[in-house]
Amino acid sequence: MDMLIQIIVAAVGSGTPLLFATLGGILIERSGIIQLGAEGLMLMGAVVACMTYLNTGSLGLALLAVFAVSAILGVIHGFLTVTLISNQIVCGLAMTLFGAGLSAYLGKSYSGIPLPGSVPKWHMPGLENIPLIGDLFAHLDVLTWFSFLLVIVMHLFIHRTSWGLHLRAIGDNPPTADVMGIRVQAFRYGYIVVGSMLIGLAGADMLLVYSPTWTEGMTSGRGWIAVALIIFARWNPVRALVCAYFFGALDTIGFRFQLLGSHIPSYFLKMIPYIVTILVLMYLGWRNRNKPSGAPEALGIPYIREQRF
Amino acid sequence: MNKQPVTGEVPLNQGGASSSSRFIRLPYRLEYDPSKRVNVWWITIASVLLALIVCGIFIAANGMNPFPVYKKLLSGAFGSSFGLTETLVKSIPLLLCGLGVSIAYRISVWNIGAEGQFAAGAIAATAVTIYFPELPIYISIPLMMAFGVAAGAFWGLLTAIPRTYFQVNELITSLMLNYVALLALNYVVFGPWKDPKGFNFPGTPVFTASQSLPVLGDSRLHLGLAFAIIVVVLYAFTIKYTRWGYELRLIGANAEAAKNAGIRISRHIIIVMLISGGLAGLAGMSEVSGVTHRLMYGISPGYGYTAIIVAWLAKLNPVGLVVSSFLFGGLIVGGYSVQTLGLPSSISNMLQGAILFFLIAGDTIGKFRLKRND
Amino acid sequence: MSPTISVEMSQICKQFGKVAANDHVDFSANAGEIHALLGENGAGKSTMMCMLSGVYRPTSGTIRLFGHSVKIRSPKEAAQLGVGMVFQNFRLVQTLTASENIVLGEKSSFWRGAKWMKEKQEEIRGISEKFGLAFPVDRPIWQLSVGEQQRVEIVKTLYRGAGLIILDEPTSVLTPGEADQLFVTLEKLKAEGKTIILTTHKLKEVMAAADRISVMRKGRMIRTVDKSDTSERELAQIMVGKEISPPRAMAKREKGKSLLSVQHLDVYAEHGRKALDRLSLEVHQGEIVGVAGVAGNGQKELAEVLSGLLPWKQGRVVFNGQEMRTASVRHAIESGISHVPENRMKSGLAGSLGIVDNLLFKSYRTKERSWLGFLRIGRNRQWSQELVEQFDVKTPDLDTPVQQLSGGNQQKLLFAREINRQPLLMIAVHPTQGLDIGATEGVHRLLANLRDSGKSVLLISEDLDEVMQLSDRVLVIYNGAIIGEMSREEADRERIGQYMAGLHDGGEEAV
Repeated sequence: MDMLIQIIVAAVGSGTPLLFATLGGILIERSGIIQLGAEGLMLMGAVVACMTYLNTGSLGLALLAVFAVSAILGVIHGFLTVTLISNQIVCGLAMTLFGAGLSAYLGKSYSGIPLPGSVPKWHMPGLENIPLIGDLFAHLDVLTWFSFLLVIVMHLFIHRTSWGLHLRAIGDNPPTADVMGIRVQAFRYGYIVVGSMLIGLAGADMLLVYSPTWTEGMTSGRGWIAVALIIFARWNPVRALVCAYFFGALDTIGFRFQLLGSHIPSYFLKMIPYIVTILVLMYLGWRNRNKPSGAPEALGIPYIREQRF
Repeated sequence: MNKQPVTGEVPLNQGGASSSSRFIRLPYRLEYDPSKRVNVWWITIASVLLALIVCGIFIAANGMNPFPVYKKLLSGAFGSSFGLTETLVKSIPLLLCGLGVSIAYRISVWNIGAEGQFAAGAIAATAVTIYFPELPIYISIPLMMAFGVAAGAFWGLLTAIPRTYFQVNELITSLMLNYVALLALNYVVFGPWKDPKGFNFPGTPVFTASQSLPVLGDSRLHLGLAFAIIVVVLYAFTIKYTRWGYELRLIGANAEAAKNAGIRISRHIIIVMLISGGLAGLAGMSEVSGVTHRLMYGISPGYGYTAIIVAWLAKLNPVGLVVSSFLFGGLIVGGYSVQTLGLPSSISNMLQGAILFFLIAGDTIGKFRLKRND
Repeated sequence: MSPTISVEMSQICKQFGKVAANDHVDFSANAGEIHALLGENGAGKSTMMCMLSGVYRPTSGTIRLFGHSVKIRSPKEAAQLGVGMVFQNFRLVQTLTASENIVLGEKSSFWRGAKWMKEKQEEIRGISEKFGLAFPVDRPIWQLSVGEQQRVEIVKTLYRGAGLIILDEPTSVLTPGEADQLFVTLEKLKAEGKTIILTTHKLKEVMAAADRISVMRKGRMIRTVDKSDTSERELAQIMVGKEISPPRAMAKREKGKSLLSVQHLDVYAEHGRKALDRLSLEVHQGEIVGVAGVAGNGQKELAEVLSGLLPWKQGRVVFNGQEMRTASVRHAIESGISHVPENRMKSGLAGSLGIVDNLLFKSYRTKERSWLGFLRIGRNRQWSQELVEQFDVKTPDLDTPVQQLSGGNQQKLLFAREINRQPLLMIAVHPTQGLDIGATEGVHRLLANLRDSGKSVLLISEDLDEVMQLSDRVLVIYNGAIIGEMSREEADRERIGQYMAGLHDGGEEAV
């Protein structure tokens, strides 16, 4: 039983960055823009968090800086994909490569320096008295609590608010949304910016909570796994939570195996998340071969108003 | 290569494509004109220059004067015969991988797995040296090449099959496979293939002379350059003069019309991914056999990723590929030489990403014209 | 008591570039009437209505709505002024529920809890019950039938308070039963004092539903009549016009052997929709067979099946004495079928490639064009140059991307490619769409020459003039089947028009 709780705690720990990145990606893709730059944004989030935290010692400022930088990157992404209708795939690639390069450049002198503190934990009063899971919640930090809250807020936002309705409309059928008086371009910008901020937060969370020193390329493909998670989660925030923790568990499973005295080399255990990602995608592709994937229908198709006046 | 934009029949006066806010009225707006055709060389040059300026700002923010840094970068890469040779050596894998991804991008298959295919090729070529150590050069080199190409092609196939039969996005698959291949590489160099006499260095034993590609004189320039040049010529020739190349051009230009001409696209995806992976595999083989003479940890400084930018900068054009791989080879070498100024070599990665950003903006910005808002 | 005029459009002109879609059109409709705007495709009816609903702005002319002179600048403003339009392609978001679609764009109340949604659903249900427009309000649109989707669209206009409801070709997507139901609803709306305008080219439903009928032809308003003063036959005459262009002087030819024989073809298109329903037709050597019909009755699928793009479920296709067993584009090309597709830039040409590459499309596998997998570059260039000259394609050089050519030259290029292959049968779908008069003439001449040289043409077109002018035989397709066949001598506009509307000679409904 203890073992199980340990695995869950570890899964939540490594799954939370994935969750943030997936939620951000869902927000962007729901508005109809393909988001492939998650890896670069996460790295930038991590390095900015590290630099600000080490220089100012303030966690709040670190998060603020992360939000600001990711928002700027989001605006760039929006300008390219929404205004200039550039190739969204290559645009995401550029974001990844630029983020990786810039973060490595910026973070060079911070590499390997341990952080001065950690994200405070927060105990919800009364929860620790619940048997079994009470123990689990005692280990949670503020950012993880925030991710829970975010899942709920996003779910309600998408399905219970007028803006959420507009979001679904612009992702599925921008011409109709436009006829109904919704400003497609402005909303797409907004969602790209907010989504990018969440992905940046994913990187920050990874650095501040999961592995508290900066190393070059520390996300090691988690941004891309988050891209795959968007597909697994069928663009649904609640499912994203489940999927993120599942992959979080896969991530830690290698470590667990070694603790159990397994003789499988760790390299192979580390391959598990990547291989499972491909296999799950293949399974989904096969199962949904005649069904809609749940993707927004206008995903990846730029929208431009016809000018016939 | 762009998807056609959807257009809606909505009047512009509600706020055009650019003036998306009703609160701010900009004096100018960008107006999209799909029939406008701009394909000018200066956009490419301007992209590179703007990327240099943006990165210069970052360098300046780091407390350095960007001009000496760029000067050092240039002179390190192209300023001496040593630098030039190094640049050429680095441009070989870039050219091979760049050719590989170019052929895939021609038919809009977004293979970003050249890094993994490169590693697979390097591992397979090294396997020949580990398991058949005593072969004469005229057998071992061709065998290493065959293994390298086959392994890279297989790695490419692992991306192509999910794409064609399971509708899995090839971007994710090829990237995931990069990590798998790199982990496999780390496993062999830290584990079973580690040189017992290597003082714990994560690498295989050094190749014998008969396992190494011949070099030009006493420089580091190896036979891989010849492979790369042959492949470029073949690529240019195939695309322009063969039936198959014509089919690729057709699919790339208009897949719908290609179907009308009786071309089966899924078959082409598989073949193209085999070739794409095979070329990256060949790059991996020539790198271990020609440059490092052993398989070792961190053998690629991201050749597979840089190749994507090489291909994009060249607009998939063979001559452009030669030029841009040479430039990026120089960027990698120059990146090492600025380390003497106390800057990290990742400055070249940053530049690469910035260049790609400006390139894609340049791809479509020509289709807009600036109009006065009235 | 004279009826209140609710909408009055006077002297409306609308130019698209050089083309005049509307030419000084006057139109008015009264409150409490169903007014039909009748005309062929391209007569300018939809353009008129789009100006009323704010999608387009008129080049000149004035619009008065409910007694006030107005300028309608956007669909949103039109809605505020009480104009609601149901487009032929519904403006619905497929994944949202019916009620969500109806309230879409509403800015009030950020929070939409169960209570809010329930209130809105009650309101929507109230409207829909009042006018007999039943549909499940909480199901996503993609689960609704086309008829139900249309009802959602109508309720959407009512929910937004429309006093004037425009329906653009409302029955083109409905089954006869659904159409009858729609007319019942329209009567109820009329009784409420709403103004209903429906654009259509179907005579039967005009006579069944409308109070007054305005007929347009070629961008002009021809006449407005009361239903009681007219008949279907008269309307058909006004609609297609009396002037018939002089028939092309063509040598009468002996009927050749059968070239293509299609028997009882069943074809299902996307989402299991039945596109062709036991369709049979015959094409002989050396004749042009015109297929007339209203858009969306299976023309596209017919062309795709014959060119090997779409598989068929049942039936036999025999071409040139050989039965075709499976759909294969390559096989169709090799056996001599040529296909000029509907949308030339989408599926006929590769816009970014040059002239030579576009000419090679279907012949690059032949011995003349390639050898051992290598293209015969020099020879192909010369061949292209000859074709360009022969077909008079105006182009700066052979490497110009074809997207830079004019529409007429693109079409010439496409025909050059297809005719040069010496096809036995050419399937031409809307071959003159979007071309000016000169280019249209050129295409017609090419088709006629092809026929005169003993080849066959299956001409699928919505342009009745074109079909009548060129065809040796005219077939009319309706609901995926050929319901009428006439020889050149028998074919007259009125008869074709009636078949196109699904009517047999006597006036009773077909099928």
